Amino acid sequence: MHVKIRLFARLRDLVGEGELVRDLPAQSTVAAVWDQLVAEFPAIAPYAASMSCAVNADYARLTTVVRDGDEIAFLPPVSGG
Amino acid sequence: MPLTRTSVTTDELELSAVVRLVDAPATGAVVTFVGLVRDHNQGRRVLHLVYEAYQPLAERALQRILDEARERWPAVTLAIHHRIGRLAIGEASVAIAASSPHRTDAFAACRYAIERIKQIVPIWKHEYFEGGDIWIEGATADPDDVTAREAALRIACT
Repeated sequence: MHVKIRLFARLRDLVGEGELVRDLPAQSTVAAVWDQLVAEFPAIAPYAASMSCAVNADYARLTTVVRDGDEIAFLPPVSGG
Repeated sequence: MPLTRTSVTTDELELSAVVRLVDAPATGAVVTFVGLVRDHNQGRRVLHLVYEAYQPLAERALQRILDEARERWPAVTLAIHHRIGRLAIGEASVAIAASSPHRTDAFAACRYAIERIKQIVPIWKHEYFEGGDIWIEGATADPDDVTAREAALRIACT
């Protein structure tokens, strides 16, 4: 299945693009999406402890199972206001 | 100009418009907060900021803050507009208005809103300063983190 990955702020800068499409086995979790991304872009590994994730623009957990066509976002610590 | 009580916009913020969104005949007090881009941060001379958002989730997170405030202060009406894009020194990045029949709840809800924005809204500051640029990173966003929410409530109510 294919998922769309969205990256923001410094995570996007480290990867070099804010939107990627990647192929994953069915029943993959958000954690599996992250792990695959880290394998491809090791520079983002330190964010494992501080990032948040979202599925289809709703906050999610690393254990959330993703489906074909989902949009998975990884968010560095926020700094609005 | 956005006319909804929550907004993430590239438009200039207008506090009077945000106040009008919470004004009602039962209102006895309106408390407002405006966040501005300042010219220094941690010893750096700031030139300008660029705010980025995950827009649909940022709007949902603002709505969530309104819902949380409504739960805690049922008589309060809250509106929050957050600006994104490039902002010059002195420009408003966030405008909040909280109205209530009495001032105590309006002050508390307004303070709660800005604390929660800094905790859970997916917006990031990219600071351009004299000599470089840096992404500012604050809180790990987790709306279900009870400890963070309680901390915001505590700050709001003391």
